[in-house]
Amino acid sequence: MKLELRGITKRFGDFTANDRIDLLVEPGTVHALLGENGAGKSTLMNVLFGLYDADEGEVLLDDSPVVFDGPGDAMAAGIGMVHQHFMLVHPFTVAENVMLGHEDVRGPAKLLDLDAARTKVREISDRFNFNVDPDAVIEDLPVGAQQRVEIIKALSRDASILILDEPTAVLTPQETDELLGIVKDLRDAGTSVVLITHKLREVQAVADTITVIRRGKVVGTAEPTASQEELASLMVGRAVSMRVDKTAAQPGETMLTVEGLTVVDDAEIVQLDGVSFEVKAGEILAIAGVQGNGQTELTEALIGVVAADAGSAILDGDVITGKSIKDVLFSGIGFVPEDRTEDGIVASMTIANNLILDVHDQAPYAKGFALQPKAIADEARKHVEQFDVRATSIEQTAGSLSGGNQQKVVLARELSRPLKLLIASNPTRGLDVGSIEFVHKRIVAERDAGAAVIIVSAELDEVVALADRIAVMYHGRIVGIVPPDTDRDTLGLMMAGAHQEEVA
Amino acid sequence: MTATVADAPAAPAPSAPIPAKRWGASIALGVIALISLVIFGLGTPTGSSTTFVVARNTDFVHLPTYTAPSRLAAIVLSVLALALAGWAAYRANQHRKVGVWLPVVYGMAIMGALLTWAGAGRDATSIQLTGLLTSSLFLAVPLVFGALAGTLCERSGIINIAIEGQLLAGAFLAALVGSMAGNAYVGLIAAPVAGALVGLLLAIFATKYWVNQIVVGVVLNMLVVGLTSFFFSTVMTENGDLNQALGMARLPIPLLSSIPIIGPVLFNQNLLVYILYVVVAAMQIMLFKSRWGLRVRAVGEHPKAADTVGIKVNRTRVRNTVLGGAIAGLGGAFFTVASGLAFGKEMTSGKGYIALAAMILGRWSPRGALAAALLFGFADALRAQLGTIGSPIPSQFLAMFPYIATIFAVAGLVGHARPPASEGIPYKK
Repeated sequence: MKLELRGITKRFGDFTANDRIDLLVEPGTVHALLGENGAGKSTLMNVLFGLYDADEGEVLLDDSPVVFDGPGDAMAAGIGMVHQHFMLVHPFTVAENVMLGHEDVRGPAKLLDLDAARTKVREISDRFNFNVDPDAVIEDLPVGAQQRVEIIKALSRDASILILDEPTAVLTPQETDELLGIVKDLRDAGTSVVLITHKLREVQAVADTITVIRRGKVVGTAEPTASQEELASLMVGRAVSMRVDKTAAQPGETMLTVEGLTVVDDAEIVQLDGVSFEVKAGEILAIAGVQGNGQTELTEALIGVVAADAGSAILDGDVITGKSIKDVLFSGIGFVPEDRTEDGIVASMTIANNLILDVHDQAPYAKGFALQPKAIADEARKHVEQFDVRATSIEQTAGSLSGGNQQKVVLARELSRPLKLLIASNPTRGLDVGSIEFVHKRIVAERDAGAAVIIVSAELDEVVALADRIAVMYHGRIVGIVPPDTDRDTLGLMMAGAHQEEVA
Repeated sequence: MTATVADAPAAPAPSAPIPAKRWGASIALGVIALISLVIFGLGTPTGSSTTFVVARNTDFVHLPTYTAPSRLAAIVLSVLALALAGWAAYRANQHRKVGVWLPVVYGMAIMGALLTWAGAGRDATSIQLTGLLTSSLFLAVPLVFGALAGTLCERSGIINIAIEGQLLAGAFLAALVGSMAGNAYVGLIAAPVAGALVGLLLAIFATKYWVNQIVVGVVLNMLVVGLTSFFFSTVMTENGDLNQALGMARLPIPLLSSIPIIGPVLFNQNLLVYILYVVVAAMQIMLFKSRWGLRVRAVGEHPKAADTVGIKVNRTRVRNTVLGGAIAGLGGAFFTVASGLAFGKEMTSGKGYIALAAMILGRWSPRGALAAALLFGFADALRAQLGTIGSPIPSQFLAMFPYIATIFAVAGLVGHARPPASEGIPYKK
């Protein structure tokens, strides 16, 4: 089926997320929609899928205009979508999730015909070698399998156009390769695929046509043969270097020693399982792994946001486990949390106040009970200048800044203390390329100034670019610590739980 | 495939992280059973006996009165409770959960031991076993209806704290309409309407205005208390005909009601109890086996997923909340027309909150709600029975009994029961 979007415009208040976007997807092709985070790709697809109403423009299927009043209409018309955050009901089985919304039923009470659903799942699973058990419960399945369930869901509704929204964000490199193989198979079977991504490697691997979106507008199309540099500059709007400039590390004394650190969560599941490692002054240890394998718990246990159930962490001779968060931070740790809007800033407070959150009770920012606005403002102006925070005023709320500028505020605050250790969790998630370069530079600068640095990142590219050593986590354990020039396949296998020796 | 990996002893954990073992609940159960053994078992004087009357004189089949040695009976019941605690510990060791039946049987065993202890050596009185069970079931009726209402709402993602208000509204309208018509059954038809209206208010505030559902629920409870009290002290007091004590006759089912013990308990009740059986069975099947149930549960767990496959989330929630309100309202009829009483101010006296506890203890399933409500009903009936035989425990403490049972049941036995993931969160596009 041929899909065409003409002049789609979608505004949220004053913000134009999509500005007169035209898109043509030919039948049986893979069409990549390439753009940075926040460029408007997902908004466009949500308009197409009937989740948002477009302010202007029209959608045409096989040259006839259609209007979708909701996702149900879009699916009935043959459009399937695999969302970035999976739309699966966790306590349900695969078959129940696949049948949901278009169930086969029996009798006047409309009792579910689970056998019919199982057959359907098996049939599609066999056709594309998905290896999915219809009776498995979703929450027991690995992410890669959950994604295949989403694809089965779309195909079981006879989707002839499949939209994949950032499908590889949560996958290991091997799972990514499998998925790209599936995309090719689907195309060969006649399904059109729209692949939304910001990862150039994937685009080059499978796309037949590439449309690049920047700030809500189509800025051009490209052939899959285009080089990564060409695609990146089209996506960002200027020439970008794909590498981080850094010299070889000059490791000094051991700064942080972690011994058998263990965290058990409220549901009494062991999230961090006896993790031990060391980080030296002047080196970057990058922690790689698929999201949700204990990285969050590790960083939070180190600064004391979650209590460690066993094990210890020693920073420069002092035991920091069991101390209050404040004591930990002031013993020389800077912390950039993974969710900046939730944990990094207080969105409704001003930039100035966000910058002194950690020292608000200390001179010169406070005297007795009273804050000292002048000292706070002076400090804020200094930081805003140093970190190039693009804001109209320091009295602007932090929530009104762009993601990149919010992250600069967090960095400015966390790097303002004398640091022995910097912990940064997914420090560039959702940032534009310019901000990513800036953040990377500051992190490397901190290393060169002699701090130990721990970077947690789900993006393998970032890990490889920054790391002096790479620790790979899987199911709450470190499966191995390897040098930064380790090849991607090995890292990928380790991210899936294989030990270093087994891989080598 | 997973199973074979798990069976191999040296193999690493196959997939998801292993849950750590939970001992808290089984230890608490064990300690209480031990206390029961010491106080009720060993504390009962030897040689005394407790008389259990199994059948009433009016029953078709005559069973002999059974006199048991009190000490032995209390010890046996306590040991049974201890064994159940052991089973819970064994299951915890295997990382597995226990069914709702365990806390229910456990609770009844402990309470049975208490009963035997209290009845020991009182030759003048006897324990009316059939009567006790019959009133357990009867007293459980509003709790079951309330818990089913809660289950219906929460499975679709709406927290229904207003069960109390829905019960009270149902009780009030049943009395009013029944009195006007001079027929209890007409009141029974009116009761769900009152509950549904309260449910509709809750649904509108929760889905359209995104008000905190717990706050709305509490406010609605206050509103119903205020309104019914007002009409009670004005209209109903001025005109006594509008608030008559009507009754619904017991309808013994032929043959079934003649079965010893079970017959009179289950099949010699009034219409409301029979409706209860049907509603529990129908909801159990519909919620877990039908298309409607699958969609409702999806809406309560992951509304966005339901929306993306074309299910109208808020429509489902409104319908379920209104239907839930109607069921709670029907349960409200218990207090007036089904018990042969006139309406009284705040006569539901917190039963709606206990129903909420029964819903949680029953893990959001109709079957579980029934079992949990029966436990609370039994506690309530026991209090009445102990009052009659004159127990050594002060009556005020006995009155607290069902509530203490509630707290223990919810806090200790349920542990980390998992509510529908999206309950209480308004769905905004």
